[in-house]
Amino acid sequence: MGFLPVLLWTDVLFFLLLAIGAATIVHVRREAPLRAAWRRVGSRPSGMASAVILLAFLAVGIIDSFHFRPQLPVANGAAENAPAAYSSEVLSALDVLLAPLRTRVEKTYSAPFATELYARETVELPGGGQARIYPRLAWGGSHLGEATGERDADVARRIATGVAGAMEAWLAVVAILVVILARRRRRGSGMLEAARALWRGETHLAWRAALVTFACVLVVTILAIKLAPHYHVFGTDKVGQDVFYLSLKSVRTALIIGTLTTLVMLPFAVALGIMAGYLGGWVDDVIQYVYTVLNAIPGVLLIAAAVLMMQVVIDTHPQWFSTAAERADARLLALCLILGITSWTGLCRLLRGETLKLRELEYVQAARAFGVGTSAILRRHVLPNVMHIVLIALVMDFSGLVLAEAVLSYVGIGVDPTTISFGTMINMARAELAREPMVWWSLMAAFAFMFVLVLSANLFADVVRDAFDPRRS
Amino acid sequence: MFAYVLRRLLYALPILIGVNLVTFALFFVVNSPDDMARMQLGVKRVTPEAIERWKVERGYDRPLFFNAAAQGSGQVTETIFFQKSLRMFTFDFGRADDGRDIAQEMRDRMGPSLALALPTFILGLFTSVTFALILVFFRASYLDFWGVVLCVAMMSISSLFYIIGGQWLVSKLWALVPISGYAPGLDAARFLVLPVAISVIAGVGSNARWYRTIFLEEISRDYVRTARAKGLSERVVLFRHVLKNAMIPILTGVVVVIPLLFMGSLLVESFFGIPGLGSYTIDAINAQDFAVVRAMVFIGSVLYIVGLILTDISYTLVDPRVRLE
Repeated sequence: MGFLPVLLWTDVLFFLLLAIGAATIVHVRREAPLRAAWRRVGSRPSGMASAVILLAFLAVGIIDSFHFRPQLPVANGAAENAPAAYSSEVLSALDVLLAPLRTRVEKTYSAPFATELYARETVELPGGGQARIYPRLAWGGSHLGEATGERDADVARRIATGVAGAMEAWLAVVAILVVILARRRRRGSGMLEAARALWRGETHLAWRAALVTFACVLVVTILAIKLAPHYHVFGTDKVGQDVFYLSLKSVRTALIIGTLTTLVMLPFAVALGIMAGYLGGWVDDVIQYVYTVLNAIPGVLLIAAAVLMMQVVIDTHPQWFSTAAERADARLLALCLILGITSWTGLCRLLRGETLKLRELEYVQAARAFGVGTSAILRRHVLPNVMHIVLIALVMDFSGLVLAEAVLSYVGIGVDPTTISFGTMINMARAELAREPMVWWSLMAAFAFMFVLVLSANLFADVVRDAFDPRRS
Repeated sequence: MFAYVLRRLLYALPILIGVNLVTFALFFVVNSPDDMARMQLGVKRVTPEAIERWKVERGYDRPLFFNAAAQGSGQVTETIFFQKSLRMFTFDFGRADDGRDIAQEMRDRMGPSLALALPTFILGLFTSVTFALILVFFRASYLDFWGVVLCVAMMSISSLFYIIGGQWLVSKLWALVPISGYAPGLDAARFLVLPVAISVIAGVGSNARWYRTIFLEEISRDYVRTARAKGLSERVVLFRHVLKNAMIPILTGVVVVIPLLFMGSLLVESFFGIPGLGSYTIDAINAQDFAVVRAMVFIGSVLYIVGLILTDISYTLVDPRVRLE
């Protein structure tokens, strides 16, 4: 079956961001001070551990960013050379990987690992009459057939083999790392010493913390691979969708909001901030005025007003979007832009202050005395020396933005209701706690995923700030 | 002092005009009133007459800046810009979609908002400062380490979960307080206990960590070393010297939000059904009542600017090194 690749706007920007990240890595490897700062990040156990988890989330997000439209089967009686028709549903590579989770939709709520629906239903008995029973799920534990009593044993067996498999893979990774570390040590006496240093956590980079975290990630991943195709590990929601699938899909939305918001505001904040600080005079006055005005409007209200207006624009121009996914994507990007507009002011002010300081330093004054042009001074002497502030702002803002997305979507001014995100998940799940019996798993899944993501982002941000902020070292 | 405040107020005027222009551009230039009408009426009921009626009801049937059809000064005053934007400076916000006067509604709802926000603010400040002080007192120990870990973990939880979890646990499972609702007067207390407690807990993580860094910065100063050198106990140093000096950045940092307390909290108010300005805003957003959202943006900015001025004044009150010029 053919497919039509779809490049959504957020995909483009996300990949652009990844390219910038790759270019930064190349750049960092060449510059000794930057390399030293990143080594400080790597030498902290919490830095390495959170980086591993963030990379795992990033992998999910990247796989979820390759979008395409599958080809529809050729209709009967269609002409031989008719152009291929493509489904209007936009899927991603992650949807293909998770096809069993995406397509195996139950009727309504079912608990994690359940084999039956969560609510009783009246069914017609074959011999006449009716009964109120818990109907068997269409997919959850369907490989067990009618022997649902064997579920616990089956789950235990799968967990045991899964953990064993994960440990095997993990030991292989540890072995490879030991070999690499042993090669790196110039005067070392080989493998044994490298392994001992690793075990005691005496390696220069905190590999032990990284490996322990990696073991956890690996166990979770392999358990998911073993269990998720056969059971609904986090249950199903009101319309019978697998909650685990929804949680994984939410990761991309959270990453996009957390990273693209900073990316889209970065050019403005950096350019205006260093211009205001360096040029002074009326330029400074105008820029300060603009950001004071934007700052004066309470963030949520400005976002609410802007999102309401953006909704009107999108609704009155349906011809701009050929699929629903593109429309939802446009709304996601617009939300990033709006969040960016409301949040660039802080970074702009920091950069202005730092540039004011830099302007008086000897090397900048020397450059000016040599007759170097203003734009060249800004580019060569000022910009590289404020980049640590930009980096710190980028990582510090991430967790706040992920949390903001959930709140905004709850308020109704967040992502499109059809976009799967933590906010929409919580929004749908909040009424379920009041149900009798209570449905807790959607909320729990959203909580667990968000907590792990935001916690590791917070830890990572702290480590980066400590490593790059000259006042803290 | 008086001259200074007056000058600051005059500085605030251009900012307010800027806010006004931004909201005007957002609400009337990005979209025409016709677009808003179409959006709110829905696809089915859109007819030219319905749009026209919608605009007349809300006074959006005028030209944006210049009314050629009117006479004399009416050419300027009979416009959307004058009627909808400039009138805000007199705190005249017009009517909401349900026909009620927005300014009156705001006055009515400020009370409940404040009844929730003020205790939250005071208790929150007290709890966070206390927690931070304890961490600093036991600094560089396991208690400090795990306290910071707890702070980071607490700030990694979305406020939605605090509210949903607290409501579920206290109201539903233990049935200690009503799930939501509000009553005027002293009766309000039993409706407010839980939301206040939840808001305080939700804020402790990030605040306590921030205050802890402020305390730690203060504790490395010379005067602290002098105090220790002259034989004062650690407790006296911490509570009498460090606390007093660290309160300067803390107080001046929180003064700016005091006026904004009037605005209430969007989430907590809507979850607990408290008829304050926060839930008013949420209802307006959900009902797409543009007039109310516009009015709230304006009021919010006014309160923020008041907060900035109060911050400057508070500097001089608590820190004799700063003088107003």
